[in-house]
Amino acid sequence: MARASETRAAYLFIAPWLVGLVVFTAGPMVASLVLSFTDYDLVSEPQFVGLDNYRRIAADPTVLRSLGNTVFYTVLHVPLSLAAALGLALLLVRAGRSSGVFRTIVYLPVMTPPVAIGAMFLLLLNGQTGLVNEALALVGIDGPGWTTDPAWIKPGLVLMSLWTVGSTAIIYLAALRDVPRELYEAARIDGAGGWRQFRSVTLPMISGTVYFTLIVNTIASLQLFAEVYTMYFGNDATASSSGDAALFYVIYLFQQAFQFLHMGYASALAWLLFVVIMLITLVQVRLARRRVYYEGG
Amino acid sequence: MTARSRLRLVAACSVAVTVVSACGGVSTGGGDGDGDESSITTMGFGLPDEIASVRVETFEEESGVTVDVVEGGFDEQQFLSAVASDNPPDVVYLDRNIIGTYARRGAIQPLDDCIEQAGIDMDDYRDAAVDQVTIDGSVYGIPEFYSVRVVIANDSVLQEAGVSLEQVASGDWEQVAAANAAMSVVAGSDVQRIGYDPKLPEFLPLWARANGAQLLSDDGRTAMLDDPKVVEALEFAASLVEASGGWTSFSAFRESWDFFGEENQYAADQLGAMPMEDWYVNQLAEVGTDGIAVAPFRDREGQPLTYATGQAWAVPKGAGNPEAACEFAATMTAADTWVKAARARAEALRAEGGAYTGTYTGNEVADEQIFSEVYEPVDDPALAEAVETILSVQDAAFSLPPAPAGAEFQAAYEDAVTRVLEGRQSAAESLAQAQQEAQRALDEAAGG
Repeated sequence: MARASETRAAYLFIAPWLVGLVVFTAGPMVASLVLSFTDYDLVSEPQFVGLDNYRRIAADPTVLRSLGNTVFYTVLHVPLSLAAALGLALLLVRAGRSSGVFRTIVYLPVMTPPVAIGAMFLLLLNGQTGLVNEALALVGIDGPGWTTDPAWIKPGLVLMSLWTVGSTAIIYLAALRDVPRELYEAARIDGAGGWRQFRSVTLPMISGTVYFTLIVNTIASLQLFAEVYTMYFGNDATASSSGDAALFYVIYLFQQAFQFLHMGYASALAWLLFVVIMLITLVQVRLARRRVYYEGG
Repeated sequence: MTARSRLRLVAACSVAVTVVSACGGVSTGGGDGDGDESSITTMGFGLPDEIASVRVETFEEESGVTVDVVEGGFDEQQFLSAVASDNPPDVVYLDRNIIGTYARRGAIQPLDDCIEQAGIDMDDYRDAAVDQVTIDGSVYGIPEFYSVRVVIANDSVLQEAGVSLEQVASGDWEQVAAANAAMSVVAGSDVQRIGYDPKLPEFLPLWARANGAQLLSDDGRTAMLDDPKVVEALEFAASLVEASGGWTSFSAFRESWDFFGEENQYAADQLGAMPMEDWYVNQLAEVGTDGIAVAPFRDREGQPLTYATGQAWAVPKGAGNPEAACEFAATMTAADTWVKAARARAEALRAEGGAYTGTYTGNEVADEQIFSEVYEPVDDPALAEAVETILSVQDAAFSLPPAPAGAEFQAAYEDAVTRVLEGRQSAAESLAQAQQEAQRALDEAAGG
């Protein structure tokens, strides 16, 4: 009796989250699935069109181009940001008493709003007067047109993405602090050097965290929107200079929904992205099975 | 109360708080058809100066209706979501070039009855502005500001390069190309000065018209992007960019300008000349117009030509208080209201020691009164001449016809221009592709 009552209380406690999930996530997802089979412009009544939107996706070259841009960015961004975050976390873990100060410094950029990040990097990456190219010029490198050369726009965005690497670094820091010291002592007694300790102790012990950040960062980069929209689609001048090199999948989806008023088509695009993300995540889960160490698991 | 009872109470309260907060929110106004007649809500508008605030105050005084201005630029997502959820503002302020799209889809209402009831004389408004808001004979928006393009040149660069203002603004493309070459300063990939910025891709309609072509049929249903004259216009305008360092360096250099500041591209001698919207002259007036010369843009026949854009007031589908919204649009764009606001703005500027350079509205009668009663020729001769030039081209304006898929049409031709500038396609290939994309979008939107 007491147990049933506690169960009811538990459900009541999680009810706010459940209500949020149903109303703000599951409900809109089901609605968008229904809309993906309609022609809907947000003003008139939706008209059922069967699989037309999905057929149109297959024939739309911009879908492939925007998906290609997104995957290209993800393939560069995810490993780089994970490596940079791990590097920062390894430095932080050695910072001793001043760790708190450095931790704050590393995390502060994450607090920058995405729109501000976009605007700031538009200046930093300017091919003619940007600080990045001025720094490269100091070592004799003629920097590229990061914001105007179609070949360099995505690498420039990857560079920008490192600005918010602090959140992943803090997660890694927590994981590194959880690695038992005695494992390092044992490794040292066995003659393991720094690199060997990192490879054979640190990496396996934090592999669960790395796996988590890999999946979360992959999903986030496949859904990249705000910074890129601010940089290249937020005003006429920059929109005109980027062509479609910065046309990421979610930006194309947004254009179809709210600029071109093809809400049904945009819904179908959203579901395609959902499937792509799910497939990539499933591959990651399968590949990770034998490579991730779970304590007690 | 036992510990378990307290637990249940806390849990129940947390659910109640969540549900109540989820049900809360900020209404944008109208929507249910029985809106509060003593107030209206606007969207897409702000109150940055006397031109806006005095007109709103005038409406409130005359009508007794309170205006709730939800400040901020027009946001398509916000607007469409509000209309779709049957909670639209009473009146929306948006660019005239998207009126056609929203009108065709029924997101905004025809204003013919409103115009009749409020006694709005559409003949007072400029033709190019009225054309943009008229679809199948019905008016869907009341024009507000009216922005035209003129050539703004840099005197010191002209002199240094031995080029005259007449040559730059002649409409003779060989002369313009020669002037561009003389004024540009490029060292390898390092652009130090752009000679003549053709303002691509956004000004393609102007270059096409200068070559005797238009991008869209008058009824807004047929794209004409693959017209050889459009191709020729794009080839010429793109060649100006190529001669000033090529697109990658050119656009990076252009993005580095202090466009709104004292070290703008004219003050810093980073630009020879460019066609530009008239509001930019007012901007330059605030930071210094030394060495600025303004001339009409001309077509290839040498006749003044300009491309007009601007905003309009529209009443969304499902607006709660359409009568007051109509009255508001009428008052905001009436000649008397414009003059009153212009007077307040001029006084405020003069009190600050600044120069009032005029207000360019979609209402021709208002402009006549503003420039005869309120505007006083300023001491700065360059600025005074600029104002005269802008006034002289008002009637040489054209606008893009309202299209059922305006945003897609614009995206099609702008993407085409960018492909050419990036060297990925020839002008003919790129515009042929854009023609197909644009026509498909127009046909789909028109239900064809």
